Amino acid sequence: MKILVCISHVPDTTSKINFAEGDTKFDTNGVQYVINPNDEFGLTRAMWFKEKQAATVDVVNVGGPETEPTLRKALAIGADAAIRVNTVATDGFAVAKQLAKVVQDGAYDLVIAGRESIDYNGGMVPGMLAGLTDANFINNCISLDIDGDTVTASREIDGGKETITTGLPLVIGGQKGLVQESDLRIPNMRGIMMARKKPLTILEPVDTTAETTSVKFEKPAPKGAVKLVSTDNLDELISLLHNEAKVI
Amino acid sequence: MSILVYTESEQGKFKKAALEVASYAKAVANQMGTTVTAITFNVSDASELGNYGVDKILNVSHTEGFNAKVYADIIKQAAEKETSNIVVVSSSADSKYLAPLLAVGLNAGYASNVVEAPTSTSPFTVKRTAFTNKAFNFTEINTPIKIVGVSNNAFGIVENAGSATSEDFSPNITNSNVSVQSIDKATDKVSIADADIVVSGGRGLKGPENWGMIEELAQILGAATACSKPVSDLGWRPHSEHVGQTGKPVASNLYIAIGISGAIQHLAGINASKVKVVINTDAEAPFFKAADYGVVGDAFEVVPQLIEKLKEFKAQNA
Repeated sequence: MKILVCISHVPDTTSKINFAEGDTKFDTNGVQYVINPNDEFGLTRAMWFKEKQAATVDVVNVGGPETEPTLRKALAIGADAAIRVNTVATDGFAVAKQLAKVVQDGAYDLVIAGRESIDYNGGMVPGMLAGLTDANFINNCISLDIDGDTVTASREIDGGKETITTGLPLVIGGQKGLVQESDLRIPNMRGIMMARKKPLTILEPVDTTAETTSVKFEKPAPKGAVKLVSTDNLDELISLLHNEAKVI
Repeated sequence: MSILVYTESEQGKFKKAALEVASYAKAVANQMGTTVTAITFNVSDASELGNYGVDKILNVSHTEGFNAKVYADIIKQAAEKETSNIVVVSSSADSKYLAPLLAVGLNAGYASNVVEAPTSTSPFTVKRTAFTNKAFNFTEINTPIKIVGVSNNAFGIVENAGSATSEDFSPNITNSNVSVQSIDKATDKVSIADADIVVSGGRGLKGPENWGMIEELAQILGAATACSKPVSDLGWRPHSEHVGQTGKPVASNLYIAIGISGAIQHLAGINASKVKVVINTDAEAPFFKAADYGVVGDAFEVVPQLIEKLKEFKAQNA
């Protein structure tokens, strides 16, 4: 089985979010980049398929050279080879089109992407990629098992989950649950050394037009001070929630 | 070129999000000087939608349950029939599942998590959340056909008294190799996605055996229960209750955080909630900076009292 894991290069979850150039660009100053957490759960599940079912695992990112350390980290965790499509990722649809070319050329059986990136939160690349490559698709995937051509998976729905059967080729939008937090791997020294020798192929992009354009960012209005209620006056809290906030 | 809106239902009844997306579609229709067509599945009487600005209803009878590929293809056919240039969907798990497939089918640009009516119709520009609610992003959709995914509980439900005509719509049904074997859904509990109020517990509650009071408080308020990441990582509560940046987003009217200090990732995930209350022993906990109302105190003393007082309040205001 050939697996491709899509890796988005995103600011660490603790990053302070600021903007530059008249609020048109994300301010990368002092920001640490990581593998998108939703992708990392998928990458870890892919390692299970590699170790137990002899799958090969490639990782791919659509982005500039600055994303290579993130791809190297995925190699250090255990992926076999990395691909970088050399273009700036501006729009989810355009990214999906770049990835579709990689998927078709590489004849992958399974594509694992995160349900969304934690920066733009578009939540569209996995589904678009499935649509473009005519693969089966499961979003919000929280468990995945494959036996030959038979796939058993579950999807988180609002208020519960669904158990699904399908076949390959398959694209999933993965998230926590595919593996547990405690299963995530920190690259060890041997992995980091081996990652340096693993292939990282740079592909030139296919022509696409941007279906959407980000024009500007805005930070939420600063919050007013908290109103404190003392523990012996909880009637006041109920009154505030009822009369002032009107939420109960 | 009517605006097409996908109005979701469950067992023949519209979800709250359906009325919200209908209201949103009406606002866009007013801006564009056009009408609203809703597509519904298995709703015997959809006339309620007329109260939220819908002019025409296409009702599809499809008894085999939700399938993203099949539904995306049906909505595509409806968009073609109505020559719709704009399709509006919600942020439910199902809408977010089908919208990217629909985008490929219609070759449409798609913007998700949209919180306001378009700030401009030419170029078509929407305001959406990004960086998990730490910022807003203005996005132009450049394609002739556009898909707008509306955030939960952001635009709100707006009544627009009117009436809608209704017709049956019989599209071609495509095949899908994805089949649902079983659905496991707690019917007696409010889901985090649909809840007006969410009561959430953190590590300050010291152990899973102490969740009785969280559940009781939630029950009195008709609320969903949730938890912080450490609590789900420790296995005290199911992962499906984890709210935050890598868990579920929350956009309720009221969010009550008990024994949660307020890590940046947690605050990001719940920031779209309108009113936040924090109960924590540590007055320096970061949550107090993000909250509207706070009680500095021990949850084990405050919550039982709050439960009693809310029971009295509910009895008086029933």
